[in-house]
Amino acid sequence: MKFAIQINEGPYQHQASDSAYFFTKAALDKGHEIFRVFFYHDGVDNASRLTTPPQDDRNVVERWAELAEKHDLDMVVCVAAAQRRGMVDEGEAKRNGKDATNIHPRFRISGLGQLVEAAIQADRLMVFGD
Amino acid sequence: MSSIKKFLYLNRKAPYGTIYAWESLEVVLIGAAFDQDVSLAFVDDGVYQLTKGQETAGIGMKNFSPTYSALGDYDVKKIFIEKESLEARGLTLDDLQHLTWEDEDDDYAEKDSIRVLSRQEMAALMDESDVVFSF
Repeated sequence: MKFAIQINEGPYQHQASDSAYFFTKAALDKGHEIFRVFFYHDGVDNASRLTTPPQDDRNVVERWAELAEKHDLDMVVCVAAAQRRGMVDEGEAKRNGKDATNIHPRFRISGLGQLVEAAIQADRLMVFGD
Repeated sequence: MSSIKKFLYLNRKAPYGTIYAWESLEVVLIGAAFDQDVSLAFVDDGVYQLTKGQETAGIGMKNFSPTYSALGDYDVKKIFIEKESLEARGLTLDDLQHLTWEDEDDDYAEKDSIRVLSRQEMAALMDESDVVFSF
């Protein structure tokens, strides 16, 4: 089966990202395909490379990045939601005159069309959120 | 591209207090360009999203409720409200915006977009949808 994953909540505040991670990992382990992981609302905060949890806690961002690296996952952060929340990659920093970036290189910024396309292409859209 | 899917945007939250309602509407507007079979459903506190006469100056938020009346222009013609959710909040259809769309095949007649469904009918709508976006 081909899944699209939508994550609507930030890391640490809410379990949605953890649940989505374990679902995605289990689906891949079972041989399913993940068409795309899309981060929306506060979910965009899952993509911050500056995230620094205490050493005895899980690192939600790195964990996603490692899974993406291993399975070549397409992880997309919504540009409008990201801009509202100060999530910036190099392109957006240049375009908007910002002096720093914080998006982890394993994620990419794109538009909501990527979410709609994922819902069309996948057999199932799984929404994780409140 | 692949065949047309039945998209259901499920709106469950009040329009203000959190950003879910506004960011859901953004997905609906973008998604309208993809030529899918689109329905919007409003349940629980989501029914407040369509109340008329919203006034947000007091909370310093953008009043985005006029955008709902543009949905017809985006070819979003099917808007469903859950009867039980309305009743539980002391609301009736008269408390909501009157949303319409123009039927090209019927001399551009204005037709109502909103339909009230029972909880059971709402469950059936979710069941028959291919994609449910939950906000």
